[in-house]
Amino acid sequence: MPTSQAIQVDNLSKRYGKDVQALAQVSFEVGRGELFGLIGPDGAGKTTLIRILATLLLADEGQATVNGWEVRKNYRKIRSHIGYMPGRFSLYQDLSVEENLRFFATIFGSTIEENYELIRDIYVQLEPFRERKAGKLSGGMKQKLALCCALIHKPVVLLLDEPTTGVDPVSRQEFWEMLQRLKEKDIAILVSTPYMDEASLCDRVALIQKGRLLSIDQPGKIVSAFDKPLLAIRTNDMYRLIHDLRAFEPGHSAFPFGEYVHLSLRQPIWPEAIHAYLAGKEHTGIEIKPAQATIEDAFMELMTREVM
Amino acid sequence: MLPAITTDKLTKRFGDFTAVDQITFEVNKGEIFGFLGANGAGKTTAMRMLNGLSRPSGGQAAVAGFDVYRETEKIKKHIGYMSQKFSLYEDLTVRENIQFYGGIYGLPGKEIRRQVQELIGGLGMQAYANTLVKSIPLGWKQKLSFSIAIMHRPEIVFLDEPTGGVDPITRRQFWEMIYKAASEGMTVFVTTHYMDEAEYCDRVSIMVDGRIAALDRPRALKEQFGAGSMNDVFLQLTRPKP
Repeated sequence: MPTSQAIQVDNLSKRYGKDVQALAQVSFEVGRGELFGLIGPDGAGKTTLIRILATLLLADEGQATVNGWEVRKNYRKIRSHIGYMPGRFSLYQDLSVEENLRFFATIFGSTIEENYELIRDIYVQLEPFRERKAGKLSGGMKQKLALCCALIHKPVVLLLDEPTTGVDPVSRQEFWEMLQRLKEKDIAILVSTPYMDEASLCDRVALIQKGRLLSIDQPGKIVSAFDKPLLAIRTNDMYRLIHDLRAFEPGHSAFPFGEYVHLSLRQPIWPEAIHAYLAGKEHTGIEIKPAQATIEDAFMELMTREVM
Repeated sequence: MLPAITTDKLTKRFGDFTAVDQITFEVNKGEIFGFLGANGAGKTTAMRMLNGLSRPSGGQAAVAGFDVYRETEKIKKHIGYMSQKFSLYEDLTVRENIQFYGGIYGLPGKEIRRQVQELIGGLGMQAYANTLVKSIPLGWKQKLSFSIAIMHRPEIVFLDEPTGGVDPITRRQFWEMIYKAASEGMTVFVTTHYMDEAEYCDRVSIMVDGRIAALDRPRALKEQFGAGSMNDVFLQLTRPKP
């Protein structure tokens, strides 16, 4: 049974010292060829989970397998069959782009040529900088090189810890396009990110907060599970607007979203009533329209429920 | 009213590489100004010149009315700066960090004691007051870091990617602190990779290869580029269609 999944995690818990519960009974699985996102803020437990799967850390309780191998017993097997990209850039800064790639191919007993097909799409972008030292690359380029190095031995499972943190929107988009293409080559990918908008690019996502999984589902289903009426509202004084909407009796939550504030309601009410309320508070330039919930609306709703 | 920041053909070269190429813009007092650009576009370099940390290779700029060549020490006294890398002392407590920075800013002892109370109370951090900063959650650190960057009531505060990695609720609380500071007249100069945050700004500029490729109110930019979001504007500018 367990061998059918690329990753199987069963009631995994990990504690640091007395006070920090990094993971609390986490369970999920990742299918072969699936792009699975672990979405959550800093300190949610994403790195701990990935490090356990990469066999760099032992869990206190629970079980986990990667490609059917148990993380505790078969760690050697796992290490030679996964690609792992840690959160901190960990290639050799003083080796060139090509030297880094050759180094990683060699320690896995392979060659660049043997698996070039797998990295070609990504590597063509790096080729002009082949002789540049890795430490001198821009943030986006570093991440692309790190991805190449994690792929060069043709892993069956790819573990990527926040590969797009601090990377600009263009490089982020390119990086995700690369992941989509890798998926087609039947590599299972577990990728963590603090960027909620990246959730929609995954087959399934797990929302994680304070070591607990809040929800696991297809991104579209997580969003459609947000069942409260939602409005986008703006006026000429956004700072006051946020506070006034929070004090609005029928309101459930009010959070700034770009140039609007998203107001969710306990039950549907006429926009005119809200308009009158805001006009009474001397707001001008009032605009109210229905809003489509995003993954961030859903995440914040789950987060606040957790608190209560 | 004098602008908070003015630049005229401000330029920085490193050897034969031009990191910032003749940028000209103004930031108004009390404005939230978003300073966007891809990695390596020159944002940090430009920001360091405005902070008085890096000497320009050419052009002019004034920050809070002071010249970036001759009056860098005055600039430093009139601005707040929250760097990308977390800048509080991890092995001091929350209270000690506030006291330490109060001392660095040259605030009188009485004022520092008042600020310790006000700041910890305002952030709702009473439970963490005597906790080492390294043990408090990232979201708290960033809110504390911002509060400390503005505790000497600077005219302008520079924020270099202040919200990376924090949860969506904390990220919004952070922006509410920015709104509050701006509503009290402080000028806010902020870089971010979150394009939805660009829409919280009064105006944004987008840097591409050392130059300012666009500068306007987010709404106007979206109209100009026929884009649904600032993310689309950003992608169009930084990755032109073939």
